[in-house]
Amino acid sequence: MAAPATLFDKIWSSHAILVRPDGATLLHIDRHLVHDGSGNAFRMLKEKGLPVRRPDRTFATPDHYVSTLSHDLASINEPHRRGVVEDLEANAKAAGLTLFGLADRRQGIVHVVGPEQGLSQPGMIMVCGDSHTATHGALGALAFGVGASEVGHVLATQTLWQRKPKNMRIVVDGTLAPGVHAKDVILAIIARIGTAGGVGHVIEYAGSTIRGLGIEARLTICNMSIEAGARAGMVAPDETTFAYLHGRPYAPKGADWDAALAYWGTLASDAGAQFDREVSLDAAEVAPMVTWGTSPEAAAPITERVPDPAGVPDVARREGMERALAYMDLRPGMPLSDIAIDRVFIGSCTNSRIEDLRAAAKVLDGRRAVIPAMAVPGSSLVKAQAESEGLDAIFKRAGFEWREAGCSMCVGMNGDLVAPGERCASTSNRNFVGRQGKGARTHLVSPVMAAAAAVTGKLTDVRQFLTRP
Amino acid sequence: MEPFTRLDATAVPIGVPNIDTDQIIPARFLWRKRRDGWGHLLFHDLRFNEAGAPKPDFVLNRGAWRDARIVVADCNFGCGSSREHAVWALYDFGIRAVMAPSFGDIFYNNSFQNGLLPIILPAGRVAALRALLEQSPGSRVAIDLETQTATGPDGAIDTFDVDPFRKECLLAGTDDISFTLGHRERIAAFEDDYQAKVRWL
Repeated sequence: MAAPATLFDKIWSSHAILVRPDGATLLHIDRHLVHDGSGNAFRMLKEKGLPVRRPDRTFATPDHYVSTLSHDLASINEPHRRGVVEDLEANAKAAGLTLFGLADRRQGIVHVVGPEQGLSQPGMIMVCGDSHTATHGALGALAFGVGASEVGHVLATQTLWQRKPKNMRIVVDGTLAPGVHAKDVILAIIARIGTAGGVGHVIEYAGSTIRGLGIEARLTICNMSIEAGARAGMVAPDETTFAYLHGRPYAPKGADWDAALAYWGTLASDAGAQFDREVSLDAAEVAPMVTWGTSPEAAAPITERVPDPAGVPDVARREGMERALAYMDLRPGMPLSDIAIDRVFIGSCTNSRIEDLRAAAKVLDGRRAVIPAMAVPGSSLVKAQAESEGLDAIFKRAGFEWREAGCSMCVGMNGDLVAPGERCASTSNRNFVGRQGKGARTHLVSPVMAAAAAVTGKLTDVRQFLTRP
Repeated sequence: MEPFTRLDATAVPIGVPNIDTDQIIPARFLWRKRRDGWGHLLFHDLRFNEAGAPKPDFVLNRGAWRDARIVVADCNFGCGSSREHAVWALYDFGIRAVMAPSFGDIFYNNSFQNGLLPIILPAGRVAALRALLEQSPGSRVAIDLETQTATGPDGAIDTFDVDPFRKECLLAGTDDISFTLGHRERIAAFEDDYQAKVRWL
């Protein structure tokens, strides 16, 4: 009998086309997602005179550069931004790829669209030229981000050379308190293991808390695996996964569904499977989190204070904190809940799905934002769903801008920017220096925490809004 | 791709941990094409002020380090976004090797695809190298990929690990697409078997 294997081991070995004696493995890629940042890879292919090997396995949607004011292509005023979106559509048409274009209701952030369409399935290897590809691991796939050259390699060969990363398991057990969401869990994990804590590893998230989460919450957790340095994050497929996938446009149907289900049921890590590293977290101890620095590991419960670098013995670490606090313009020792915010962004591949919007709207219902705020649904279908539930009206009554789907202010490539010196409470994934715009200061939070910050104008413990007077 | 064999060049110390690819190349430049040239955008917001003038205190603007071809960095260099533009910016500036205790995984892979050699050495040794370079700006490090050795300004020789496949590609200056296409038949045979197993795909 074979040795006990992890979910990751099983997917890896079932996709290995050949293994060189030195360990380099040629992997088959089941799904390749491309977006409007993939132009250089298509150009590379053209220069080499190579066709796309498997147009049937390649799906395209524009997200990074699209205007969130209008999905009319002509409304992208800057020629260079309009050009990359036009390039994607032209490349997709020329190669015969399935395109969810700007005019298509299925358009959206590539990591929202994949699960929503049922393209992301258990047991697959999926890649995309975007580091947040780990998102799709929530469905039990091995999904990871690659650079432009590797995008070109996958387009040309439907394969990728990789060395096998190590196995890491993060077990979260217990019950999350009211007001505490998936975003808080992953920020607490990153704060614990650090931004380099997962380097060289694929993380499997396990434990009763993870089992109890819906797919959208699992997507949020897997999404930020790269922020812990991990190549990918995944959750073993279970009844929740199967129920989520059933009936989605690209999910298997009829007899194929039964065959798929039988296969998916074999994928979970075997009892006794070995992990190179294990970490555990008590869900009951997780509080609503905020970041105070310029790396996602600089996260703390909202009830705490800005840490004091003076107490840190390691010189490099202390200097890093001092630089971060100077950039963020924060004083050591000040309560995190005293930090005044200039702007709120709800969106991004981390937190722009319907459950995120519902949770934020629940806090905003009957309240007003006191600062500029915007909500950007993750896909045009999420937007339509939210509108059918009247969530858009709640956001608008609260003073939020209600926008079209796209990556938007997470990375600002479409022109949705945080102004220099402005402080933004954001449901996105990166608080790097200049990430949301030159000189922008980002505090990463969950959707409900973003809503609470919009209402008070400062970082706020959302738990005070949970019981209405 | 230009082959990488030996490199004896000025090395610049950048002793900040977790330098993300947003720092190496800000997102607002990413719409440009590979062939447009990227060296002038490397570390743009750290390197230039609002008026576009070089900031005198940034390492790459200082004396001998302007011509550096090796970066001696700190842990988790190149973390964050998958943008290969970060490697293009380093490469077009003239950087051919980065030495660090650890790298962002995607940046590490992207480097090999472009003829940039990422070298992992123990944190203590990398810190010692940075200190030596700070003490005598302009001093050199000699790297030999064939023997997998790096000789510091102190004459001490470190050996480093490199994936044999990536090493072959770098030494020959070949990218892996042509190599992979040499396995066309194996790939097609795998696809047939695999399709029979997961017929719903």
